[in-house]
Amino acid sequence: MNIQALAQEIPEQGEQAFEGIDFITDGEQYLTFILGKEQYGVDILCVEEIRSWEKPTRIPNSPDYVKGVINMRGIIVPIIDLRQKFSIGKTYYAATTVVIVLTTEHELKKRTIGFVVDAVSDVLNAEENEIKPAPAFGGCIPQHYIDGLVNVDENVITLLNVQELQTLEPHQLLSQ
Amino acid sequence: MSVDLSQFIPSFLEESFEGLELMESSLLTLEAGDNETIHSIFRAAHSIKGGAGTFGFNEVTEFTHLVETLLDEMRDGRREINQQDIEILLESVDCIRLLIESARDGEPCEDEKIAKTSALLTETLNATKTESPSDESPVSTEDNGAENLTYWKIQFLPEHQLVQTGNDPLLLFNALADLGEVTLHANADELPPLTEMHAEELYLNWHIDLVSTCSEDDIKEIFEWVEDECELIIHKASPQKQEATEHTASVASKLTSTDTLQSKTPSQAQPAPASRSNDKKSTAKPKTEVGSIRVGVDKVDSLINLVGELVITQSMLSELGSDFDMTKLDKLTSGLEQLLQNTKELQESVMRIRMLPISFAFNRFPRLIHDLSKKTGKSIELVIKGEQTELDKTVMEQIGDPLVHLVRNAADHGIEPAETRLAAGKPEQGTITLDAYHQGGNIVIEISDDGGGINRQAVLTKAIEKGIVEPNASLSDAQVFDLLFEPGFSTAKEVSDISGRGVGMDVVKRNIQALGGRIQVESEQGKGSTFKVNLPLTLAILDGQLVRVGEEVYIIPLIAIVESLQVEPKLVNRASGDMVLYRLREDNVPVLPVYQLFNLPADNTNINESLLVVVEADGQKVGLMVDDLLAQQQVVIKSLKDNYQQVEGVSGATILGDGSVAMILDIQGMINIALQRAQREQRNIEKVAS
Amino acid sequence: MTKILVVDDSNSIRDMVNFTLKSAGYQTDDAKDGLEGLNKAKASAFDLVITDVNMPNMDGITLCQELRKLPNFRFTPILMLTTESSGDMKMRGKAAGATGWLVKPFNPDKLLATIKRVVR
Repeated sequence: MNIQALAQEIPEQGEQAFEGIDFITDGEQYLTFILGKEQYGVDILCVEEIRSWEKPTRIPNSPDYVKGVINMRGIIVPIIDLRQKFSIGKTYYAATTVVIVLTTEHELKKRTIGFVVDAVSDVLNAEENEIKPAPAFGGCIPQHYIDGLVNVDENVITLLNVQELQTLEPHQLLSQ
Repeated sequence: MSVDLSQFIPSFLEESFEGLELMESSLLTLEAGDNETIHSIFRAAHSIKGGAGTFGFNEVTEFTHLVETLLDEMRDGRREINQQDIEILLESVDCIRLLIESARDGEPCEDEKIAKTSALLTETLNATKTESPSDESPVSTEDNGAENLTYWKIQFLPEHQLVQTGNDPLLLFNALADLGEVTLHANADELPPLTEMHAEELYLNWHIDLVSTCSEDDIKEIFEWVEDECELIIHKASPQKQEATEHTASVASKLTSTDTLQSKTPSQAQPAPASRSNDKKSTAKPKTEVGSIRVGVDKVDSLINLVGELVITQSMLSELGSDFDMTKLDKLTSGLEQLLQNTKELQESVMRIRMLPISFAFNRFPRLIHDLSKKTGKSIELVIKGEQTELDKTVMEQIGDPLVHLVRNAADHGIEPAETRLAAGKPEQGTITLDAYHQGGNIVIEISDDGGGINRQAVLTKAIEKGIVEPNASLSDAQVFDLLFEPGFSTAKEVSDISGRGVGMDVVKRNIQALGGRIQVESEQGKGSTFKVNLPLTLAILDGQLVRVGEEVYIIPLIAIVESLQVEPKLVNRASGDMVLYRLREDNVPVLPVYQLFNLPADNTNINESLLVVVEADGQKVGLMVDDLLAQQQVVIKSLKDNYQQVEGVSGATILGDGSVAMILDIQGMINIALQRAQREQRNIEKVAS
Repeated sequence: MTKILVVDDSNSIRDMVNFTLKSAGYQTDDAKDGLEGLNKAKASAFDLVITDVNMPNMDGITLCQELRKLPNFRFTPILMLTTESSGDMKMRGKAAGATGWLVKPFNPDKLLATIKRVVR
């Protein structure tokens, strides 16, 4: 994805633009976003698009954090609420609530899933030596989702592994 | 430079399979003296052999070579065409198919049939005349005598008309220069007086000195195409001698020019062809199979036309939109109508691209019947109708095996032995008819035989024996015949190796259902049976009934719907522990409230005031309770698996006119959900009870 | 640019020969049998013709004879693509006016190396 082109696009309904983002291309770039009061980041190369929240079509008997599917230019894309999945913050849908659509390729098969977050914040440049491993205890996000932590000023940003985020748990039939 | 040809393997495979089919069908109709047919069979084998060699499919090449040799003898009239040879050739077609398939999959082919048929072919070939079956010796593996430079002295005396076959001495010399350093001495002694000179003839000859590491064969190969049209003398010379001849030659050719052609670096000219063909073999292993489709130019042209019309409509509409006022409303309406029309036609055209005549699936049956006749000793005629009926490629690929099973079944169980037929006053030869036609949005394939028909009583007795039905159940004919598709049911008195392996009809039915189709049987004792397979024309589009439950819209495949009705409270019963049943004529149909199965809020949860859509899956009728019936429309099926995963009760999703997504219901899956829940509840009750 | 006509009834062989020639910078046109090839040859000039022997409608030998009757093709190199390496086939080709032959299995490097003997 061409992030410059994305930033230049006039924000339309369903999309949000980056403003005042610094495009320095040393090291890896991460798109950072907010869940509750915390900041997270994902590899920017996986970001397909950023959309505003719209009500999806429900998937029968899916877990609560799977909100349903939407039509993204003819492709059926599932929407997962990361706040619910990781039990962070409150689940409400406001004007800043956005969906970050992430695409990964695995064995020549593309997988596109949208993730609901509270807001998109910035693009982060992080060198490999700046990424610190996360402590193995404490948080409620399972360890395998986390690639590492990066310090930015006084904040800590958790880098998430997109490949892992996209791995779905097998469907359980929920009883009534 | 090396050219990678592996991208052509899929088209070679496709072409080869087509060639094999052609060989097969031609062999079945081959009669003595039919030269054109033999030629086309020969050509098919020839092409397979040629292509296989290119990709290093050596087993295919070797085997096909034997077949080709046999066909060549037939083609030249050296061999009489007899039934026995045709049988061997038919067997060979199967073998080549097996060999190509294993070459494609990169696995060795271990079928013993190959060795057997190959031996048979060799034997047949040797029986008539002795022609060595392999006249193609592998390219000799030259070791390029390392740095041993040899001084070659070549005399090249072309015949006068050499250039008339398109050969050009200069290019031959260039080729020599690729081998090493070349010094040329042209000799114009034979040049006639101008008055006798013919513009199209060559009067020069050359002495060539070549310093190279090459062998004599390498030089000969360059002159391969002209060897009959020239005198070519090649011999080795020592370095000293070489210098001496150079001296005398230059004296002898005062009138001619002396060119020294710079050679390219030896390393560039060196790689021997043999070693390279080995490399090729290792790269030519395709694992991925990309389906391709051959589309008639007319279909593509019609698409282009339609897109053209769409563009016109679009530009008309955008012009209209740029300064629109209400006076132009009529124009807008008609423009939108046109757009609808264009889109519809475009959709139909695109779908048509995937459509192939069903003859692709029917083609294999003449051979099958031929083999079955031989095996069963019954004389059977095959009648094929409607082979131009078109069907989606994917459906076609998947319906092949079920059809084969049904035809085998008809030949094995349907058609009676000759004595029985004669005794019943029927012609000795049985007939199996394959027919295909369109009916509504579906294709119907009929497999009928004029055999003994299904013995209703025998089926029933067997079903009771197996505990599939209650001893005193009263069943309609259709219900009895449906028992044939029950798992494990087989009516053959003895298990034959043709169709009665105990598995079969249930698998056939499952495969057909997996394609969204149905199978029905009609039969009359003593007259024969007809199996009717009803399939959707395509897997990509489905005729659906839109229904609403709470805020959600679902799509029920039209083919599954028996009827839709407003519930009459007096027909609602509760039985066997709060199971809701609805009386539909003599059936008790279990009611499945969609909102409960899917855990949704619904407008109405009272069965007595609801709408029921009665659907059928695998013979089981259920009533789906919904809030509202909306439109019926065709929907394009999209997979949920691509970005998500398989969801029970849902076969896929589609995008509706307003851009929203709607789930397509999978009736069988919904029944499964209900069953699992019921079982879990029963277990819980048992737990509580114990 | 050197222009080559490829005549073969097998799609895959034709595609491969075309592909090989194009990747070496030659311009190509193709025909699926001798008759089509002859018509294409009548319509435009070629620097080389590569043809299969066994084809429906018109075989390679006949094509060769017919081409040699055309003034434009009197000296044009014609190569026969054949699996039959027997001397008999070569003689028949030569008699029909063929320049040379290429023995299948088709090997792209060999093809490029050998056609240098007949085209510039």
